[in-house]
Amino acid sequence: MSDFLKLGKRKAPPASGSAAPSALPRFNINVTDGTLIPSTGDKSILSAWNISFFGAIVAIVILPVLSPKPYLEILAIVPSGLVATFGVTIVSILFALVLGLLAGLGRIAKTKPINLIATVYVEVIRGIPLLVQLFYIYYALGPLLHLKGPASAVMAMSICYGAYMGEIFRAGIQSIPKGQMEAALALGMSRTQALWRIILPQTVKVILPPIGNEFIALLKDSSLVSILAVADLLRRGREYASTTFNYLQSFTIVALIYLIMTLFFSRLVGLMETRLRNHGQRHN
Amino acid sequence: MDKGIIRIKDARKHFGPVQALRGVDLEVSKGEVVLVIGPSGSGKSTLLRCVNRLEHLTSGEIWVEDDCVTSPHANIRKIREEVGMVFQSFNLFPHLSAAQNIALAPLIVLKEDRASAQKSARDLLARVGLADKEYSYPEQLSGGQQQRVAIARALAMRPKIMLFDEPTSALDPEMIKEVLDVMLDLAKDGMTMMVVSHEMGFARAAADKVVFMDEGQIIESAAPDELFAHPKEERTQRFLDHIL
Repeated sequence: MSDFLKLGKRKAPPASGSAAPSALPRFNINVTDGTLIPSTGDKSILSAWNISFFGAIVAIVILPVLSPKPYLEILAIVPSGLVATFGVTIVSILFALVLGLLAGLGRIAKTKPINLIATVYVEVIRGIPLLVQLFYIYYALGPLLHLKGPASAVMAMSICYGAYMGEIFRAGIQSIPKGQMEAALALGMSRTQALWRIILPQTVKVILPPIGNEFIALLKDSSLVSILAVADLLRRGREYASTTFNYLQSFTIVALIYLIMTLFFSRLVGLMETRLRNHGQRHN
Repeated sequence: MDKGIIRIKDARKHFGPVQALRGVDLEVSKGEVVLVIGPSGSGKSTLLRCVNRLEHLTSGEIWVEDDCVTSPHANIRKIREEVGMVFQSFNLFPHLSAAQNIALAPLIVLKEDRASAQKSARDLLARVGLADKEYSYPEQLSGGQQQRVAIARALAMRPKIMLFDEPTSALDPEMIKEVLDVMLDLAKDGMTMMVVSHEMGFARAAADKVVFMDEGQIIESAAPDELFAHPKEERTQRFLDHIL
C-alpha cells in the first residue's frame, strides 16, 4: 500500500568483490498489492488507462442510446446513491486521517504504553476483514451504541482505514531524515514543536500519493456499506434490479460508474505524485 | 583561574559493545576556538553531540556555563538555545525558505515578534553573504550556500557557543572557502567554538587549541602550530602524515 515510501531499507551493495556496482545484478523487484495509480509514462492514446476510462464513458453513453428502456431508468435512479457513497467515503477518510495520524504517532512514540496501544490497534484491525468489522459494529455493537446504518458504516470504515493510514503516517514520518529532528532540537525546539513545524509538513508531501490511493480504495470499499441499509450506489442498483429483474443492466451501470470514478481519481493522484516528485526533490 | 565555558569531565559513551568515548576531559574557555581532529570513529563527533545532548553520555559530566548538561534535571532546551550547532549535512528545513529557516526558532522558541525575527534573519543572511537569497529554498542553493544559511540559522538564537560537526566535509573544494570565511569571521568576533574538522588552514588561522582524538580518548592537545610541527605522540604524527 505504501510502496511510494520505499519501506524496505535499501541495502548497499556488498563492499567485497571486485565487480563494479553496475555489473552487479540488480534485484529491484517492487512487490505491492497493486497500486491503483496508472503509470504516467505511457503517453500513447492506446494506454490501458485511456482504453478503460474512455471505454467506460462511451459505454455509459451508448447503452442508453441503444436500448433506452432499462438503461435510462437505471441512470435516472442509481446515481442518487452517489450522495451516500461520497458522503460515507469523505467523512470516513477525514476520521481515518485523524485516527491514522494518532496511530502513526503512537507507533513511533518512545512511551511504551502508547506505542503498545497503537501497535495493537493496527495489528487487530488489519487482521479482521472490513466486512466483518462492518457487521460487528452494526449488528453486534449497534444495539448497544444505538448507531444507525450510516453512522455504523462511517465508524467501521474510519476505524479500519485509520489503521492502514497509521502505517502510512508512520512510514512517512520515518522517511524524513533524522537530521531534521536533530537540527530542530539543537535550535531549542521541543519535540512537539519540531514535529508540527518541521517533520509533519515534510511528511504530508511524502504521504499524499498513498493517502490518495487509500481514498480510492475506500471509495470502492464503501460499496460494502450497502448491506447496512445505507442507500449508496450499489444499494440503489440492487433495489432497482430486485424490482425489475434487470440484474445484468443494473450492475453493468453500477460497475461502470465505479470504474469511471476510480479511474478518474487514480489519474488525479498519479498527476499529483508526478508534480510532487518534480518539485520536492530533497538534497539533504 | 578562569573557569571554562564548556567543561567535560571523564566523558564515556558506549554504543552497545562499542566504546565511542573512553574518558574524555576537556575544557573550553570563553572565546576560545578549539579544533578537534582525529581518524573517523575516534569519537570526535560523538563528543560534540554530547555537548548539546543529541547523544547521552553513558557516564561522566558535561557542564555548559553553570548548567550540567548531563543531569536528568537539566533544562536542556534552555541550554540548547545557547549552544548553536552546524551539521555536516546542513539539515536545513527543505519546506522553508532561507529566511524562514533562520527566523523559525527565534519566533517559536524565543517568542520574538515576526517583524524583528524577519529583520534579524535578513541581517544574518547579509552577514553570511547571502542577502539576495532570502526567498530561496534549500534545494535552490549550492552546498556552500546551504551551509552558510545553516550557520546563520544557528546564530539567530544568539548562542554563546557554536558547535561545528565537520561543516565542510560534504562540500566541493571550491565551496569550502566561503564557509570557512564565515567561520573565521565568527572566531574573530570572539565566539566560543568547538569544531570537528580537518581544515588545517582554518586551524592555523583561527584555532587557539587543536585536540587530537583517537579511539575515544584525547591523545594530545596543543596550539595548532606546535601540534602540527612537533607532535609529542607517535599516533598524532602518523595521523598528521596522512592528512597534511
